[in-house]
Amino acid sequence: MRYSALRIAYEALTGHKGWTPAWRDPAPKPAYDYIIIGGGGHGLATAHYLSKVYGKARIAVLEKGWIGGGNVGRNTTIIRSNYLLPGNEPFYEFSMKLWEGLEQDLNYNAMVSQRGIMNLFHTDGQRDAYRRRGNAMILQGSDAELLTAEQVRKEAPFLNFDNARFPIKGALMHRRGGTVRHDAVAWGYARSADSHGVDILQNCEVTGFRIEQGRIQGVETSRGYIGAGKVGVAVAGSSSRVMAMAGMRLPIESHVLQAFVSEGLKPLIPGVITFGAGHFYVSQSDKGGLVFGGDIDGYNSYAQRGNLPLVEDVAEGGMALMPMIGRARLLRMWGGIMDMSMDGSPYIDRTPIEGLYFNGGWCYGGFKATPASGYAFAHLLATDRPHETATAYRLDRSLSGRMIDEKGVGAQPNLH
Amino acid sequence: MIIPHPLLGPRDAQEFTYLGDAGLINRPYWLSEDAARAFHDYLYLRDNPAGQHRELWFHEQGDRSWLVVTRDTTSHEILSVELARDVALARRSVA
Amino acid sequence: MNQTHRLSGGQIDRDRVLNFTFDGQAYKGHAGDTLASALLANGVRLMGRSFKYHRPRGVISSGSEEPNALVELRTGARQEPNTRATVAELYDGLTAQSQNRWPSLAFDALGVNDLFSNFLTAGFYYKTFMWPRAFWEKFYEPIIRRAAGLGSLSMEADPDAYDKGFQHCDLLIIGAGPAGLAAALTAGRNGARVVLADEDFTFGGRLNAEVEEIDGKPARLWAADTVAELKALPNVRLMRRTTVLGAFDHGIYAALERNADHLAVPEADMPRQTLWRIYARQSLLCAGATERMIAFQNNDRPGVMMAGAMRAYANRWAVTAGRQVAVFTNTDSGHRTARDLAALGVEVVGVIDSRPSATALGDYPIFAGAQVIDAKGKLGLTGVTLRRSDGRTQTLACQALGVSGGWNPNVSLTCHQRGRLVWNDQIASFVPGGTLPQGMRSAGAAAGHFSTAQALQSGIEMALAALDSLGLKTTPLPCPRAEDGAYEVTPLWYVPEGKGRKWLDFQNDVTVKDVKLAHQEGFRSVEHLKRYTTLGMATDQGKTSNLGGLAVMAEATGQSIAETGTTIFRPPYTPVALGTLAGRAAGKGFKPTRLTPSHHWAVEQGAVFVEAGLWLRAQYFPRKSETHWRQSVDREALAVRKSVGVCDVTTLGKVDVQGADAAAFLNLVYANGFAKLPVGKCRYGLMLREDGIVMDDGTAARLAEDHFVVTTTTANAGPVYRHMEFVRQCLAPEMDVQLISTTEAWAQFAVAGPNARAVLTRIVDPEHDLSNAAFPFMACGEITVCGGLRARLFRISFSGELAYEIAVPSRYGEALIREIMAAGEAFDITPYGTEALGVLRVEKGHATANELNGQTSADHLGMGRMVSDKKEAIGAVLSRREGLNDPAGLRLMGFEALDGSTTLPAGGHLFATSAPQQGVSEGWLTSVAYSPHLGKSIALGFLERGQARLGEVVTIANPLQGQSLTARVVSPHFIDPEGERLRG
Repeated sequence: MRYSALRIAYEALTGHKGWTPAWRDPAPKPAYDYIIIGGGGHGLATAHYLSKVYGKARIAVLEKGWIGGGNVGRNTTIIRSNYLLPGNEPFYEFSMKLWEGLEQDLNYNAMVSQRGIMNLFHTDGQRDAYRRRGNAMILQGSDAELLTAEQVRKEAPFLNFDNARFPIKGALMHRRGGTVRHDAVAWGYARSADSHGVDILQNCEVTGFRIEQGRIQGVETSRGYIGAGKVGVAVAGSSSRVMAMAGMRLPIESHVLQAFVSEGLKPLIPGVITFGAGHFYVSQSDKGGLVFGGDIDGYNSYAQRGNLPLVEDVAEGGMALMPMIGRARLLRMWGGIMDMSMDGSPYIDRTPIEGLYFNGGWCYGGFKATPASGYAFAHLLATDRPHETATAYRLDRSLSGRMIDEKGVGAQPNLH
Repeated sequence: MIIPHPLLGPRDAQEFTYLGDAGLINRPYWLSEDAARAFHDYLYLRDNPAGQHRELWFHEQGDRSWLVVTRDTTSHEILSVELARDVALARRSVA
Repeated sequence: MNQTHRLSGGQIDRDRVLNFTFDGQAYKGHAGDTLASALLANGVRLMGRSFKYHRPRGVISSGSEEPNALVELRTGARQEPNTRATVAELYDGLTAQSQNRWPSLAFDALGVNDLFSNFLTAGFYYKTFMWPRAFWEKFYEPIIRRAAGLGSLSMEADPDAYDKGFQHCDLLIIGAGPAGLAAALTAGRNGARVVLADEDFTFGGRLNAEVEEIDGKPARLWAADTVAELKALPNVRLMRRTTVLGAFDHGIYAALERNADHLAVPEADMPRQTLWRIYARQSLLCAGATERMIAFQNNDRPGVMMAGAMRAYANRWAVTAGRQVAVFTNTDSGHRTARDLAALGVEVVGVIDSRPSATALGDYPIFAGAQVIDAKGKLGLTGVTLRRSDGRTQTLACQALGVSGGWNPNVSLTCHQRGRLVWNDQIASFVPGGTLPQGMRSAGAAAGHFSTAQALQSGIEMALAALDSLGLKTTPLPCPRAEDGAYEVTPLWYVPEGKGRKWLDFQNDVTVKDVKLAHQEGFRSVEHLKRYTTLGMATDQGKTSNLGGLAVMAEATGQSIAETGTTIFRPPYTPVALGTLAGRAAGKGFKPTRLTPSHHWAVEQGAVFVEAGLWLRAQYFPRKSETHWRQSVDREALAVRKSVGVCDVTTLGKVDVQGADAAAFLNLVYANGFAKLPVGKCRYGLMLREDGIVMDDGTAARLAEDHFVVTTTTANAGPVYRHMEFVRQCLAPEMDVQLISTTEAWAQFAVAGPNARAVLTRIVDPEHDLSNAAFPFMACGEITVCGGLRARLFRISFSGELAYEIAVPSRYGEALIREIMAAGEAFDITPYGTEALGVLRVEKGHATANELNGQTSADHLGMGRMVSDKKEAIGAVLSRREGLNDPAGLRLMGFEALDGSTTLPAGGHLFATSAPQQGVSEGWLTSVAYSPHLGKSIALGFLERGQARLGEVVTIANPLQGQSLTARVVSPHFIDPEGERLRG
């Protein structure tokens, strides 16, 4: 079924009887050529591109719970391609370009909204670092502007310019950055993949891999054994648990990241603002809620909930940056489990087990990567070669000393 | 969270700085034959269990002890706390 | 007419008349009123507009769960959006505005959305607005954003103060209704430390809203007497106006106390609100229950409300929403409402009870086995239509309808640690189950015990259980006598009859049809339902709507509600102001400010200051004649090279290392060797992380065989100390070595320039020989100054000049800077700030934070050979990985502008002049400075194969600022590469 304004009008006038499920609920087949483990954004995107772009068939996505229930369903919806390092920036710029055509590709309005991202700086050193970054972005085909404090004031007059502990000296503006309606990304990919014949199997938990002579044969699941030609794992947050079933240890820790939303407010914040000096970032959703967050809690966790000190820390950052939000109320907070990698960058790679592929380590930045991650993972699954924008995301990069450490904090996941 | 410090009693986790897996105490021998691989695995690879996890916390705003805390990563329940130096010394005596 | 809908009785103070305005209209109410009760008293039923369709809405509850009656309270900088009229205490002069409407509440232009509601069903926006592509940000989205949102912020800084506090207790009791009061009395009399918190401004919970007796006296008087006894107990802390927001790990709770929200403005020095962090060994949830709606056509008309709320307004606030009221119920709750309102003289036109066997509780018409099928009255209810048990319809004229679909325990806090709820068939609702937060129990209606007697009994029992678990000795309390009616409910989630919209989530405008559409389109898991329809995502977080939506979905899927599941309640229990969570950490108080020992002196000198982490450092010292910072900085830098300057370098980290194994320890911590450093000498130290990347650099000075002083960069003082303690305790536990951070203990000044020795000689006590022979470059020692004050002297140089760093105990720091300035007067000694410091170090080619950014290997700095392979050192093994030692890799180099007028940009990217300026560059500039010494702009930077490219002219691409420049690659040591000046 094709979605359009006309279709809505037709259905409205005929009692909405014609709407069909956005995706089927099929029974598992005995075997597939490709099994994607993980019905989150990355897994569903992989299935979409694998079927639509690479023309593959006999594909299943296996999801333990309900699709879109992982980090694609609990994030702060930001998209951006403002990375510094050569291993990252082309990949995220590729992702941005896919975002820019997403709705037409999927026939699903995910509300990709490029309202801009402003990274504030407060010292000359930070300005120099942002100049390096902004130039790298432009040289790699993205966009960036270096704003003076006065220009920042024009963009966001409500920021604390007059009584700030860390005065705002300017910002790196990335106009094509913005936000996307996160759930719709999962649903849009699922619907499209389904329409290209992909079986989306919910409530289908993988309980083991069948590996013979170093080659993957299939997966044991809560709905029975399913044979597979190739298996791609995209279960960020649970990567260590799933890959342990294949006998692998990963350069990944699981950490909790909290995010927050306020009650609905009339529009006040145009784009996304990040306040590095205060570990705080904020945007406003189309519904009017301020969506904001800060650091990860900082300790290993699979509990999907955080603790109070971080909540206070984030609120303090918010009040320091925007003292007019004091009377806005926090409505809801939640925690998601992040694959925190040892250098802060992801992995899209083959594994030592033939036919088993891994996609993970996205830290708290996986959402913006969803299209490119799916595309690159599909490319790898289909061709056995890394996508040209994802060649650096190798599992052995720490062995050779080619880490992609944007923040420069080293092999300590909770600092990334 | 509240961490029961072996010397100081219950302390708010906010007083501590987290490092990570207590396996970081088990630093490889620098002249071992496979030192490059051993140091790599030591520094980069993690069990990352969903369940009991032995991990290092530094009492930065306290007595500056490094502690080995055994904590369940699914419930955050703390099962035991030891001084990291004691753990390290015990390891030496075994080795 | 004034307070036309006021009844007799109630817990309001009729002697205190309070004036207030709503949408500019003046009204009067009484002390004890909420805004909602006062508006109802004045005949106002229309209080808000819904989010999506802008439907006219009235108040439906009398508590914090209210989804409809949200207002902007107060004006000016104190304007607060989305305040529930049901919990806003009336005060004299209160002003409130309705929100999400234009131009007025009664006539809202966007009410037109309601006409198109058939097109705007659940999730419609995912299916359209996709063409043309560019129209989303430019056209569709701005319209949607303007229409969305609820109230508005003033956009002015919040003028009020917020506080934070800590409390510790044996038992935290959440909610002070019958269960909470009985529990508090039990625990209090047994000597436990108790905190009793309730969100209301009056303790008693439902006892204030009901007509019933406890121990033979009116229940609210029993509550008042109990509170009086609790107040007298020193071990009990009563906290009214306090909402427990969240349950966190290990028995830590967040609670919000509203100190001043019942006042027009806080009194002097009074915080508006306080965030309490309560450390409770045990807790007891007595948060009561929330009544639920029965959905039917137009059940959202202003005047339709919960039956329990209608009763509360009558009994507690002496208010009725209409002269003629009806009740629609499937429990006895509805009948109590009819009974109580009739007793107060309100005309009850009928109780419509869906249970065929229902009987009346008083003298009012009853329609057993009947259902309300429609409600009339756009801006206010005028009547309801019912389908009687005999199949005929009947219309009853009324201005208010109380609805009771049963009660749902307030279980939110039990879920904050992801506890799973359990379905209870008897009450047809979820009760606490699974793993509750550590130490938590539940009692009373929150646990599904709906009679007052059961609430009291469970409160007592659970308090005893909590105390027992703590090992406290207890004596049970006799349970007071109270009403013990059986609770009987036959679930009725929605009335099937009628094609119109039946509302489930009032604020977000989710109807029964929307839920069915979600099912039809495959959004069947609870989370999909919520996210697709927005059910339960309103400001009440589903307290008034979730179960109804679940029931409709369960019916559609043919599963039970328990199988359908429930979404997760998350903190906060009710929304909380961000100001409260931030507390005092706002404005300049956001983070502490660290001042150097010479700060006050520098202020006297007219210094300009700059943030360096938490430190405030002198950036430069302008003179009156200087109009541009560069003039000051150039002068300061030149003065150092020409004569002598002084700079406060206290912010550098200092770690005292003592013990027999101190040298061995530093030998392990630093990549270069320290074992053989003689006493009285300093050495540059390169510290690596275990991954082989440079962590920090600094100097270590050996003051004695077993005593070193290590310096770190300002930014890394904390991390380096932590790392050294890690190495000491975890990796080298057998070493005899102790560490302590002394950054704050010593004030330290750099005295630099050709005349540095001459200046210091006037301060240092004469028995210490400062001659070049006795105290050469890299010497260090403990000395005395100014006639006996102990000090440390290091002959180290950041500037490349003859230089010393001299340290005295911090409290003498300010005195010392004055002494140094006096001693240097003859040499025109010049204080210099961080800018000149930066110029001098770039000229000398020293790396700092811009170069040591955590991505830099020793090889990148040209220091690869410093990493000894003859000894064990942190980071040495992994520093040898090929990716960190690429012969074609980056190397720290110097760059100089080709002329005096070009300014090199830090962050500019480097390319060979023949290469296109795109893609991956060959390096970048890390630090730039104007060198007054060389008369041109110079820079440090990393360049691929830099060591082989000396003399090459490279392109510096700075497209961010539209620049493309050229510079020459040179040695990073612009000044005195042979190091003769610093050895002089």
